[in-house]
Amino acid sequence: MNLAEHLPALQVVVPLLTAPLVILLRNGFLAWLAALVASGVSFGLAILLTQAVLGTGVPEYAVGGWQPPFGISLNVDGLSALVLLLVTGASTLGLAGGRLSLRRDIDNRRAPMFYGAWLIALAGLCGIAVAGDAFNVFVFMEISSLATYILIAAGRDRRALSAVFKYLIIGTIGATFYLIGVGFIYMMTGTLNFADMALRLGDVIETRPIIIAAGFITIGLALKAAVFPLHIWLPRAYTYAPNAVTVFIAACSTKVSIYVLLRFNYGVFHGNLLGHSDLFSVFIVPLALSGILLASAIAIYQGNIKKLLAFSSVAQIGYIALAAGLATQAGLMAAQLHMFNHALAKGTLFLCVVAFVLTTRSASITKLAGIGRRMPWTMAAFVIAGLSLIGVPGTAGFISKWYLVVAVMGVPGWGLPLVMAIIISSLMAVVYLWKFVETAYYGTPPDGDVSAMEVPLPLRALIWFAALANIYFGLAPGLPIALAESGTSTLLGGLL
Amino acid sequence: MKLLGLFNYWVFAVLLMIGLYALISKQNLVKKIMALAIFQSAVFLFFITMSRVDGGTAPIVQAGVANQIFSNPLPQVLILTAIVVGISTTALGLAIVVRLHEEYGTVEDDEILAMDRDS
Repeated sequence: MNLAEHLPALQVVVPLLTAPLVILLRNGFLAWLAALVASGVSFGLAILLTQAVLGTGVPEYAVGGWQPPFGISLNVDGLSALVLLLVTGASTLGLAGGRLSLRRDIDNRRAPMFYGAWLIALAGLCGIAVAGDAFNVFVFMEISSLATYILIAAGRDRRALSAVFKYLIIGTIGATFYLIGVGFIYMMTGTLNFADMALRLGDVIETRPIIIAAGFITIGLALKAAVFPLHIWLPRAYTYAPNAVTVFIAACSTKVSIYVLLRFNYGVFHGNLLGHSDLFSVFIVPLALSGILLASAIAIYQGNIKKLLAFSSVAQIGYIALAAGLATQAGLMAAQLHMFNHALAKGTLFLCVVAFVLTTRSASITKLAGIGRRMPWTMAAFVIAGLSLIGVPGTAGFISKWYLVVAVMGVPGWGLPLVMAIIISSLMAVVYLWKFVETAYYGTPPDGDVSAMEVPLPLRALIWFAALANIYFGLAPGLPIALAESGTSTLLGGLL
Repeated sequence: MKLLGLFNYWVFAVLLMIGLYALISKQNLVKKIMALAIFQSAVFLFFITMSRVDGGTAPIVQAGVANQIFSNPLPQVLILTAIVVGISTTALGLAIVVRLHEEYGTVEDDEILAMDRDS
């Protein structure tokens, strides 16, 4: 009995079993501490799994000893490890940095329930990344979604309730579409296991139900991943959620849906289903392009910093979807790297917003005027993460933008227009970030008070740790690139 | 006969569209939750129908009876899980509607949006 063999299962079990224990604690601080420890342990497990993936690889884990394809299997490859790092990292960052902010947003009486829901969301998101079959992905998706709705609605802002209701409706439609697609595939192949599905698809003679299934799955997941114009739930949900919750969900929840999208469209359909890649590209690339351009343009006109960053997220999802829709090896690399780097940048930016709102109690850009002079440390970290979001050399964002541009240059005939779209959108990112940076450094505070009012040192240190990670992965991008390469080769499964 | 043989699938498609239409067109949030339940039930019916084998019985091995035809039990198990997920979603949705009613005093989507705009 070797503990290392059980890492894929522990990744889900640790947060899932800690959740009920956290609910039993009757004290907000203890509940927070327990949740932070569980989340930190999950992060540690994800690091161990990453090392294993890059080393000898992680063997398939058969739950309860029942061998796949009949038993439930858990699989961890480079792509899963990348997503696991994002999810557990974002959760730990949100919990560690959100203590003060959450104490203000959540009643002490309700806090244990809140942290329990947080851990369940974490368990669900990790579960999606390790599950080796389509139905478990659905169950984990619903576990994480239901818990996420609770987290978003937990704050004091009543607008969060109508936002979360919309998210619940759209999220459930997305998950149900996914389930219909899985049903069609099960009808034709008789299996739910991803690897087995890929094997058996080649023998299916009547492929129309599979094409329909691919449509249902892709649209369902695009709804959950907020691919433009299916993003309408996202800006309000991000804006009115408690700030620490936004750090968590903005960094990883949409990425996990993109992960399933990649897993299905490349791990299963690509190469096994005639004409699928063309259909997929024709569907996703125009949506991604309009998202890149329109969502960036909408972001420029936002007066609330959280909403501005939310629309920026829609645009960034567009980059990832564009790269994924190219159906090339370079495109897949770019998609995975941008998932990682965008999560890093957006997590840092929203963590800075946690600090801003903690001191000024407002996320409106006019009320944050002059904040750069009052909170120089936090604002400097915001600028670093903002540069990474734009894709300035030396930051993590540059690496993925570079891969993205190289990938789209490879598209015959369309290379130049696509590069133009990416450049225009990046320039718009400069505009919307500059709008905030200018107000923050040169604006006059609403009450004319310019005295320093930094947040406590631990939070500032954490923000700087996150900001420096953006620079570190810009100068030494070895880890995400190695994971993305490993992920690409398993997704394309020897077709290269 | 062909049409009748596909009866369940027709019901699946019709229920799915009724649910989706009501989700989009109804302003009352409770009605939206009901529409969501219809939408999900359609998918349950789809899975249960595909598991049925002509002349098949419940998959229980009986002593002394050979060559039995069984219906596929797996989709039924899947749907048992999906029903639990559906119930949880409905319950959470209704809980949010209760909270919305406490805060806004209405369960009409357009009225809530109008109040949000004013604030």
